[in-house]
Amino acid sequence: MLEIKQLNKTYGKNRALTDVDLHVPKGVIFGLLGPNGAGKSTLIRIINQIIDADSGEIQINGKKLAPDHISQIGYLPEERGLYKKMKVWDQMLYFAQLKGMSKAESKSRINAWLGKMDMLSWREKKVEDLSKGMAQKVQFISTILHEPALLILDEPFSGFDPVNAEIIKDEILELKEKGTTVILSTHRMESVELLCDQVAMINKSCKILDGSIREVKSSYRPNIFHVTLEDLQAPLPSAWKAVEDGGLWHFSLALDGKTPNELLAELMQMGQVARFQEKIPSMEDIFIHQVKNRDYEIEHV
Amino acid sequence: MNKIWLVIQREYLSRVKKKSFLLATLLTPLIFPAIMGIFIWIAVNEKENQSLRIIEVVDENNLFFMESSDQYAFSFSDRSVEEAKELVQIGDRYGFLLIPKIDLEDPQGITYYGEENPNMNLISYLESSLRKKIEDQRLYDSGIDPQILSEIRTSVDVTAITLDEEGGERVSDATVNYAIGFLAGILIYMFIFIYGNQIMQGVIEEKSSRIVEILVSSLKPFQLMMGKIVGIAGVGLTQLLIWIVLIGTLTTVVTGFLGMQMPQQQAMEMAQADMGEAVPNGELGEILAVIQGIDFVTLVGAFVFYFLGGYLLYGALFAGIGSAVDAPSDAQQFMLPVTIPLIVAYMGLFVFVLQDPNSTTSFWLSIVPLTSPIAMMGRISYGVPFWELFLSMGLLILGFLATTWLAGKIYRIGILMHGTKPSYKTLWKWIKTSN
Repeated sequence: MLEIKQLNKTYGKNRALTDVDLHVPKGVIFGLLGPNGAGKSTLIRIINQIIDADSGEIQINGKKLAPDHISQIGYLPEERGLYKKMKVWDQMLYFAQLKGMSKAESKSRINAWLGKMDMLSWREKKVEDLSKGMAQKVQFISTILHEPALLILDEPFSGFDPVNAEIIKDEILELKEKGTTVILSTHRMESVELLCDQVAMINKSCKILDGSIREVKSSYRPNIFHVTLEDLQAPLPSAWKAVEDGGLWHFSLALDGKTPNELLAELMQMGQVARFQEKIPSMEDIFIHQVKNRDYEIEHV
Repeated sequence: MNKIWLVIQREYLSRVKKKSFLLATLLTPLIFPAIMGIFIWIAVNEKENQSLRIIEVVDENNLFFMESSDQYAFSFSDRSVEEAKELVQIGDRYGFLLIPKIDLEDPQGITYYGEENPNMNLISYLESSLRKKIEDQRLYDSGIDPQILSEIRTSVDVTAITLDEEGGERVSDATVNYAIGFLAGILIYMFIFIYGNQIMQGVIEEKSSRIVEILVSSLKPFQLMMGKIVGIAGVGLTQLLIWIVLIGTLTTVVTGFLGMQMPQQQAMEMAQADMGEAVPNGELGEILAVIQGIDFVTLVGAFVFYFLGGYLLYGALFAGIGSAVDAPSDAQQFMLPVTIPLIVAYMGLFVFVLQDPNSTTSFWLSIVPLTSPIAMMGRISYGVPFWELFLSMGLLILGFLATTWLAGKIYRIGILMHGTKPSYKTLWKWIKTSN
């Protein structure tokens, strides 16, 4: 769907993107992660053709990114707003037409969406009279009215209460079912784990990892196992810092070059193995670890 | 192109539909004739109701005679100064003029006493009457017959005819030309300021509410900027059109109601009086002849051209400024380079162009694009050679293209910049950045 090769962008002396490659398959929810100022917004703006890259190539469905693609992309920026004095209906119509839809089609789709979201009574209201959550919903619908093949959402859940966030989450999943490719840029790792099929992480203008969530997690697993033993044959080494709880001994062990099976075999001789489970890192752990590590490397190279 | 049209529509409709637009558009032309009507009504009433003011004259020379006017009557007596002063104090007389024994070659000591401060009209009336009398007396003393003297007095009125290149003639009148230049120049000046500010506010609104990020993902920043400028120009033209129709209708109604001759003429005279010019004593017919002599096609054509040209030139600059700042209060620092040429044009209109439309300064003011929309309108009714008009128009188009290009460069970067207060240096950097 979206193919990005060797993308570079600098602002004066600041590098915003350095040789970024990205491959987003069709119909996935793709998490774009990274701390503030990493270059995510720049990347998103370049895909939206708001700014131009210095070098590199972007292709959508095998075709070089061009103004024609605007009607196939939907974009919900992190910093977003609506015309305060405009009515909900007029505003949606304006945004839809700017994306290249005909007036008649825009109208019928707006009606359908307002009905679906239980918002028909807001049609003639001005945006300034809406609550923040309502305005966010209007904004979300405006973003997807033209049924984009590629939907770019920058922090879509910020400003939503949990109930509305859930509604939006369901809508995103529904769009995915219909074949929409979604790029989700966020800091909220719990929504990444919940929604995303694939992720890429950008830090200090460079892509530092990408892949499916499972791949990323497994390649960043720390090779540590959580173990619980009963009926000990002998006292455990004190270095393992085992904690006893009613005859059960809990501790964590690193593989140290052994295979999990070898480690398990050793443990079986020490007692009854009640639990032997690999520690799987959360995306949050990986995110923090990666960002800190890179910062450390950059400071010490 | 289609998208620019959408932006134009939105900018136009969102403003025209506002109640404040309707109010301003309807009230302004109501207010002006209303004020004018009230003034005329008061003036008429005052003249009718004013009681005659009697001024006591004590002439120790037994020489002077003052002619009474509508407002003032003069009573001559040989009362003493004290008695005359008392008459004023008890309110029997409006004022008291003392002419002591004077030397006609060097008249000194003529004094006016009054309970209230005398107005300029009265004093100049007194002065001119006295001067005339003294002059007559001195001419008489030197042996000239008063009969001959009164025969010599002549009234002169110069009719100005402008010759055009084909040898045609038309009656022109400096006063009417002045009024046209004055009105057209001021109208363009106000239009640029009011609507230029609307452009700036609109850009700042889109930027600070972050709508712009969504908009520029759908269309090019330049399209957005041009759509806004053109849409707001439409609002201005609509307003102008409504005003012309309304003022036309209203003045006809007011004229009919008051049974007076053409308030427009009054308005011109008022404007003239403000400028310290002599009030024209032209008859209605003469003025009509002059107005008929004006080439309205050129005048209206030029007005619309300079109206739009000036607006587009400055409108682009206003859009550029709006894009560079986060809030209207930050815009002040960049307003100066835009305001100064406008004020120069405005001042130049009064100081140079209307005084001498063909001077070198007037010429340059009407050629340079930043000042030409206002200055050329001050010259045009006096007649401007075609090559000058075309040069000025051509340069205005170039100027407009240049400011639009410049503003576009600032705009496309400015609208995405938040939280930084740019300096002129940053703006220059943005202009130089290629993408």
